[in-house]
Amino acid sequence: MTTGLFALDTAIKVVVVLAAMLSGALVVIFAELKIGAHMQHRPGPYYAGGRFGWAQPLADGLKFLQKEDLVPNGADSRVFRAAPYLVVSATLATFVVIPFGPDLVVRDLDLGVFYLLAISSITTLGVLMAGWASANKYSLIGGLRAAAQLIAYELPLLLAAVAVVVQAGTMSLNGIVEAQAETFITVGSFDISVPFLLKGQLIGFAIFMIAAVAELSRIPFDMPIAESELTMGYLTEYSGIRFTMFFLGEYLAIISMAAVAATLYLGGYWAPFIPENLLNAAGPLILGAKVALLVFIIIWIRWTWPRLREDQLQDMAWRWLIPLALANIVIAGIFKVAF
Amino acid sequence: MSQKRIAFPFPGLFKGMWVTLRTLFRKTPTVFYPDEKEIPVPRARGVISLDTDACTVCMLCARECPDWCIYIEGHKEEVPPAKEGGRVRTRAKLDRFDIDYALCMYCGICVEVCPFDALFWSPEYEYSEHSIAGMLHDKERLTEWLATVPEAPAVES
Amino acid sequence: MTSPELMHRSEVAVSVELQTPDMTLNIGPQHPSTHGVLRLVARVDGERIRDVEPVIGYMHRGYEKLAEVRTYAQITALVNRIDWVAGFANEIAFIRAVETLAGIEPTERAQWIRLILSELARISSHLVFMSSYPLELGATTPLFHALRERERVLDLIEGATGGRFHPNFNRVGGVKPAAGGGSTQKKVSSDLPAGFFAGTKLAMDNVLAVCDDIDNLVTGNELIKARTVGVGVIPGDKAIEYGLSGPNLRASGVGFDLRKHEFILPYDEVEFDVAVAEGGDCYDRYVVRLDEIRQSVRIVLQAIDKVPSGPLQAKVPRILKVPQGQAYVRNENPKGEFGYYVISEGGRMPYRLKIRSTSFSNLSILPWILKDQLVPDLVAIMGSLDFVLGDVDR
Repeated sequence: MTTGLFALDTAIKVVVVLAAMLSGALVVIFAELKIGAHMQHRPGPYYAGGRFGWAQPLADGLKFLQKEDLVPNGADSRVFRAAPYLVVSATLATFVVIPFGPDLVVRDLDLGVFYLLAISSITTLGVLMAGWASANKYSLIGGLRAAAQLIAYELPLLLAAVAVVVQAGTMSLNGIVEAQAETFITVGSFDISVPFLLKGQLIGFAIFMIAAVAELSRIPFDMPIAESELTMGYLTEYSGIRFTMFFLGEYLAIISMAAVAATLYLGGYWAPFIPENLLNAAGPLILGAKVALLVFIIIWIRWTWPRLREDQLQDMAWRWLIPLALANIVIAGIFKVAF
Repeated sequence: MSQKRIAFPFPGLFKGMWVTLRTLFRKTPTVFYPDEKEIPVPRARGVISLDTDACTVCMLCARECPDWCIYIEGHKEEVPPAKEGGRVRTRAKLDRFDIDYALCMYCGICVEVCPFDALFWSPEYEYSEHSIAGMLHDKERLTEWLATVPEAPAVES
Repeated sequence: MTSPELMHRSEVAVSVELQTPDMTLNIGPQHPSTHGVLRLVARVDGERIRDVEPVIGYMHRGYEKLAEVRTYAQITALVNRIDWVAGFANEIAFIRAVETLAGIEPTERAQWIRLILSELARISSHLVFMSSYPLELGATTPLFHALRERERVLDLIEGATGGRFHPNFNRVGGVKPAAGGGSTQKKVSSDLPAGFFAGTKLAMDNVLAVCDDIDNLVTGNELIKARTVGVGVIPGDKAIEYGLSGPNLRASGVGFDLRKHEFILPYDEVEFDVAVAEGGDCYDRYVVRLDEIRQSVRIVLQAIDKVPSGPLQAKVPRILKVPQGQAYVRNENPKGEFGYYVISEGGRMPYRLKIRSTSFSNLSILPWILKDQLVPDLVAIMGSLDFVLGDVDR
């Protein structure tokens, strides 16, 4: 379904993906509220929108929109105002390369993985801007912790992805899914394809997920926010629409990281026994199911474990994850060349 | 001390996750107020009610209240003699008996010291107001609470 | 360095660390983790705290002054509110001091009921610790499990006394539930409600189950261990020097429990172990409190069978005038040693009431222990000391 005009095509795709992802973010917010609540043995949202409380994120959004727009007195006003938009736009830009089906991708860049990781690190800048410009000592501490943490965990994220790239032979996300769809072994008359998770990337997957949760600043890595120490860390002074931007940005990033992990390690939009011509229709659903599973695990971890201290998480990143990830790359390379 | 060591595959983390997963599927014990209400025990100290017939304006409750939140005014009335030729008796009549629930500590000292059984505890708790002035319950309102006083509950032997 | 003369090159010190001025960070009085309105003026270098000055008094309510113009019954109602987490425990030492001065012996049944309720108050206070301490470390779930079971304990206390947090149950010479409804209530000697003992047994089973849940969620959790093991170590002699008491002292290896030394309640007739740990770090303080919950359940289950029948309150004159004298009675509160020093000049009101509150002394160790700690460790250490500002400021 193309209109022939490149610009119009891309514009339609962008709008569709944006709309889908923003509603996806609302669904994830609701899932976090409800699942988190039941894990704590309480009902969670109940009144907004009937007994199930499904309209809670919408109600929250409307509430935030009508709040007073505060800029603290000593704050660097331009930087303060710009920070949330930087975070949200960087996160939205990652959805450009994520494939929902063989043809359902806004732009299948050859540099897919590279582009993804580069763009998502712009959020670090936004967080640091927010922490600095808030004119609040607690926000400053939160912002500094965030800077250190996000920079430290970029590396394991990247290196784990590099191992997959080495194994797939291409940086394009579509190419990576197709590499996982290739037949691995033939048993009798069945062609069996194995996702990278099971093709030797188990440790890589673990490293990627840990680094992803750290990039999202979620428990157990939420030192930058650290609700019981810093009230809300770098987000303390934000209210209204700006807070909504940060909030949405965080949940969009959860979906984005989960989608990337699903694509790199779990096979993306591909599933066995689905014929080629149906993949375009079933692809989003399959990817959605995999993303839902990973998001559930991320939510589950958030509500169960406490948070790591700043120096402990730096220790984990620099002394454990990075060497492991490098070793992973070496092993992947050896296997790729030898077999 | 061995309890403090951190073992590699981190079993403790997964035990915790199992507890959370199990709780996910249990029914919540929440009472959905105001659709459902918890019924307090009969002995719960919710509100104090007054039996004006029993009150003799002895002022003991007002004196013993640690917060001095009971305001009592009364006057003496003459009552004709019971028999012919007897002397005129005086009886105290209650004009004003207010309890300020914004100050009340719910300690129960007034109920205890009353020698004439005029004050009773009731487990009613839904009397929030929008203004503090509404928390001053006057004689009539205190008498209304009397209907909510439960029967003496059974006691442990 | 500021000398205008030339320095020999061996005297020149070159620093490779970036010299930055320290930041004065005001932690509190409104802060999620200070357990009330405590203000810590901290001089912070990056994330490391150079020194800390606690500023207290934001919650001073003037209990000792109030006590000079209140009768003993009124003071009993007031002192529930000092350590509001375990309301009943605050009354015990006071009422025993008054009973000592007045020479009135409480009845047997009253003493046992006081023991059961004291242990229920201890369970309640430690469950609050179980809920708030992991929350400060970031684990949000144990809060709901602990508080859910605490509701059952509070329901028991409400069933017996009429109040959940502020029981106002003790009277000189025994206990007395607030008179309930119906004039028959006053004429019938009020006692514990029917089903109290059965309900207590059920609640204790639930408390033990939730202790196991919290064990799985928190005690074995490697992240909690990483945050609390070796953090905030208080050696035993320092603990005694600073006047720590209660679980804080016992976690540092000093096995001192007033329940085994001074018997203001019949603790010598129940069997229980004193929970002691050797290390003195935050993890030990947490483990000692979890252990104490289990021991308290054990005490309650024994005490239920041992409660004798009899009157709830000894015969006491209606207007109690306490003869002249002084008495100091201390009790093992959930948070530590809590004492009342009552000076009476023979009247309805005491001349002076001095309150030795646990958290005030427990808090005095903060400037020593918070030196050179990281900011997240400050939160872990303060949480593990388990103080309540009402107790500190009175």
